[in-house]
Amino acid sequence: MRGLGSKGLAAGCVLVGVVLGVAVVSLVWLPYDPADTSGGRLVPPGGEHLLGTDKLGRDLLTQLMIGARIALVAGGGSVLLGGVLGVLAGLAAGFATRWLDDALAAALDALIAFPTLLLAMLVVAVRQASLGSAVLAIGLAMSAVVARLTRILVKRVLAQDYITAARTSGSSWPRIIAEHVLPNIWPTLLVNLALQLGLAVLAEASLSYLGLGPPPPNASWGRLLHEAQATVLTAPVGAIAPGVLLVVLVVGVNLVADGLRDLAPGRSR
Amino acid sequence: MTGEKPMVPDRSPAPGIPAEPAALLDVDGLSVRRADGHELLRGVSFTLAPGERLGLIGESGSGKSLTALAVLGLLPAGLSAHGSVLLAGTQIVGARDRRLDRVRGRTVSAVFQEPLTALDPLMRIGRQLAGPIRRRRGLRGAALRAAVSTALDEVRLPERVAGAYPHEISGGQRQRAALAMALACEPDLLIADEPTTALDVTVQAEVLALLNGLVSGRSMALLLIGHDLAVVADVTDRLAVLERGSLVETGRAEDIVREPRHPYTRALVESAEAFEAEFDRLAP
Repeated sequence: MRGLGSKGLAAGCVLVGVVLGVAVVSLVWLPYDPADTSGGRLVPPGGEHLLGTDKLGRDLLTQLMIGARIALVAGGGSVLLGGVLGVLAGLAAGFATRWLDDALAAALDALIAFPTLLLAMLVVAVRQASLGSAVLAIGLAMSAVVARLTRILVKRVLAQDYITAARTSGSSWPRIIAEHVLPNIWPTLLVNLALQLGLAVLAEASLSYLGLGPPPPNASWGRLLHEAQATVLTAPVGAIAPGVLLVVLVVGVNLVADGLRDLAPGRSR
Repeated sequence: MTGEKPMVPDRSPAPGIPAEPAALLDVDGLSVRRADGHELLRGVSFTLAPGERLGLIGESGSGKSLTALAVLGLLPAGLSAHGSVLLAGTQIVGARDRRLDRVRGRTVSAVFQEPLTALDPLMRIGRQLAGPIRRRRGLRGAALRAAVSTALDEVRLPERVAGAYPHEISGGQRQRAALAMALACEPDLLIADEPTTALDVTVQAEVLALLNGLVSGRSMALLLIGHDLAVVADVTDRLAVLERGSLVETGRAEDIVREPRHPYTRALVESAEAFEAEFDRLAP
């Protein structure tokens, strides 16, 4: 499995790298202005428009490139928010007294049982549909999963003799957390966060597909899919292209997560 | 079992009765209770003078390790200590973490049973050793590295072990590294909780001899916990016998081995003798 794992890691890095490269390029160069509709509606691929245009006449490649940026920001932002909130809550629960720990665990289970889409709709109802709202909703939902994992990992580490030994040698709690707890839970957390990144990208696409993501003219892949739905038989590229890019990014992220898991210390023992 | 919690619900500190200067450790009427009131340790009292070696023996579940944890102020959550544990004049029972952190690693340190989990799996041995040395002696840089290799040398570990992770060295080496960590703090009292139980017999003898030599070389007091009467009596001056949470007999090691008074101690001695006899019969 190890050989396959490192090949998978390499393949995953290539796939994620492609999307990342496209997103970076989109910051400095785009084939057309995203609002440019001069090319005519539903132009087929080839010629001046490499992938054709959509039903409003906008260049599809331009939209996809901007979409890569949105997908990465949504995924990365959600993981950052969910990771920070989740690890802090998980640490608190892991160290808490029994009743507080029970209360936190119950709250986390309730939050995890709550569908992400429903939570997102609530957030959008309170705020407006935007990239920030999507990140907030996805990040909050993710933080519960991360917190539950962190809590269990912290408890497992705290039960080890080396923690007792560190306390016996007079280490304070902040030092023990920094030197022993975080390094020991970090590998597992990192793999989980990588998996969560893939899920977050999919979640943002779903929200955008439902119109709960960043509003037009921000071309999220999910919204491109939604807009291409009506013309899928006459102009299939408009639906296929964002779908393929989503698959590339999510599969790439998952391969990276798998590869990281195989590399994580402690697995080889 | 969950880990130790930062906030141990304990009583407020008992009034600071100054210890008699003779005793390094003065345990008086120590009881440990579960949250439901069940007593796991009942009124245990003993003292330990500086440089003295006391063996605490009893079978599994008799409260040996609990006694050690109570002395260190490290009882698991849900257990509470009552009575008095004076360690170099500091009351441990009910003390706050901040005060305990000052006592632990200076006055007292400990080695535990399981060498596999006693070391952080993701930290090189050298760095783990450096932590207590830096805190205790304030060494940095080259002086710290020199102190680490001296500490490894004292427990007869080659210097390359400093760069190894715990899974790269054997169980006996790990236990010696744990011993080096405990000794690096230069404590007045070393608590060794079944330090050789998880090791095989030949390694056990080595580690025990090493422990013995290092403790006597530093005139350190030793609280050695074990269930093997022969092993413990060999290293210690005095013995205390625990049975189901109560201290049933204390006295000089050779007296107890020669004429045990309590029936439980007698049973321990007889089983040790039966083992010896069987051993002699098989290998005369």
